Amino acid sequence: MRNWRNHSGLILPILTVAGLVLWPVITNNLSNREIVFTILKAIALASSLNILLGYTGYVSFGHIVFYGFGGYVGLYVVNDQGWSIWLGVLTGGIAAGAFAFLLGKAILRLRGAFFALATIGVNEAMEAFINNFDLFGGSIGITLNFSVYKTYGGAAQALNLTFYIMAALTFAAVLISYIVRTSKFGLGLRAIREDEDAAEIMGVIAPDAKNWAYVLSAIIPGMVGVLFFFKNGNVEPHVAFPLHSSIELLVMVMLGGQGTVFGPILGAIAYQGMRGYLLTSSFFKDIQLSVSGVLLLIIVLFIPEGAVGFLRRRFPPLRRILI
Amino acid sequence: MQQLSLLLASLPDGILLGFVYGVAAMGLTLIWGVMNVINLSHGPIIALGMFGTFFLFIRLGINPYLALIPIAIFGLLLGIVIYFAAVHRVINAPHLSSLLATFSVSMIIIGLGTAALTTSPYNVDFNMGSFRLGSTTILGTRLIAAVIAILIAGGLYIFLYRTRPGKYIRAVANNRDAAELMGIPSTRILALSFGLGTMLAAVSGAMIATFFPFNILSGGSYELKSFVIGVLGGLGNPIGALAAGLILGVLEGIIPAFMESSWVPVIEFGLFVIILLFRPQGLFGSKR
Repeated sequence: MRNWRNHSGLILPILTVAGLVLWPVITNNLSNREIVFTILKAIALASSLNILLGYTGYVSFGHIVFYGFGGYVGLYVVNDQGWSIWLGVLTGGIAAGAFAFLLGKAILRLRGAFFALATIGVNEAMEAFINNFDLFGGSIGITLNFSVYKTYGGAAQALNLTFYIMAALTFAAVLISYIVRTSKFGLGLRAIREDEDAAEIMGVIAPDAKNWAYVLSAIIPGMVGVLFFFKNGNVEPHVAFPLHSSIELLVMVMLGGQGTVFGPILGAIAYQGMRGYLLTSSFFKDIQLSVSGVLLLIIVLFIPEGAVGFLRRRFPPLRRILI
Repeated sequence: MQQLSLLLASLPDGILLGFVYGVAAMGLTLIWGVMNVINLSHGPIIALGMFGTFFLFIRLGINPYLALIPIAIFGLLLGIVIYFAAVHRVINAPHLSSLLATFSVSMIIIGLGTAALTTSPYNVDFNMGSFRLGSTTILGTRLIAAVIAILIAGGLYIFLYRTRPGKYIRAVANNRDAAELMGIPSTRILALSFGLGTMLAAVSGAMIATFFPFNILSGGSYELKSFVIGVLGGLGNPIGALAAGLILGVLEGIIPAFMESSWVPVIEFGLFVIILLFRPQGLFGSKR
């Protein structure tokens, strides 16, 4: 960070996230806080997924498995072992990262659609397994003991705290995304995306690079999971591993522009905003999903590089700030 | 001894169901084999097939087995429409594009379906009697569905290996550029293959509707089963899919005799990932 001019790509992402965080703080409105919490969660998850999807070019259809798994582990240590939420979030992140490391060793050997299919299989297998795993409450899940909130000065204070932790996690996700994008490691990942065999010949140690990209993209979702389940007060298997959320994340990344830092942020805000609008409008309420589907189809067919990619292509001067 | 009798009771049921799963998976794997596209709108089309049986039988009183014919034609046409609307432009793009394009089709179908049909369960009350075989009872609907499934698989085999359009499909699957140089209209053949894939999905849905209650979201679990079966049998190998469907049916019949039935998906998806890792060409495929 010696020369700020070299980091002009970071300005827009940081300002956007900061603006989002400050909005409910300034208006002091609880419903705004909930809206922003959802958007921040989407930004954190989409930015993490982008490390694997956008930079490395591996399509994970079951990325939500890290969110569910990390969340389960974290909530378990908070509820049953009496750890603090800080340690719980950390544990969830470590658990998700370790899981991604082991899983990556196995399934990152697969390429293209086979990898995508395997991630779906892993997500479904994990959900079915947790459903039978008694330590985590089986199909009933874990319900947070209400007295846990007392440590943080009651439920209202605890919810306030989760908002700020969420904000911190979102900043962390965006920073990681930016650092990976601009580092030599990230350059290796993008070489893998373009042509994995050629990248290996040029000296990128592809298996290791892919595996670390997978781990990096799993840690933040694991932490977000803990936080979200802690805020909700309970977790059940079918809530923790929703396959459609994985795909919503893919849509956000595609919408904003895969492989860019600002793309997932823009995509997450646009998708959540659109979804909120469609769900509340009287005309689109019932066919909300169909309208999203048509929009997605148009993007995939006509602007596959996403909004940020499109702007970068059409307006080259913007490339300095939009990365 | 008790386990054995339980096994004998649930195994034939599982086998018969397996044939029908196999038909659904044949559709998925045919599309994959010809154009390397994983059709994520497979599940909603299965669900549409279910509703086809419901409306033709309950509302119009057409026999469910006779209704398979209009449902098959509808499935074929729907597939061709989906191909030209969503798949054709992204067929040479990276996998993510075709996955998301077919997924957006699935969102459109489910959205419209939910608005028109709600998500409350529907039931086709149709009974073909049953008979006892030793200690087990076999339902007539399942036996007939299994026979139809075998006929469909045989028909598909004859179509692919004995007729001209079938040979065209195999040629396009093998090498699209070379097929085009030989004068095969590859776009039309791709559309036809996609249509055949969705036709098989719709027909399997129509048969499943005579077994279980369903709603517009029910297709999802059969879509996942189709993935498992398709990978077991080798993606792109329709006949392998039927055999793998049988394996899955047997597993679903055997596992509940030894452990709680909630473990079935754990084993299914675990097996799925393991097969992907160690034999991505499927159980019956040769090493490529």
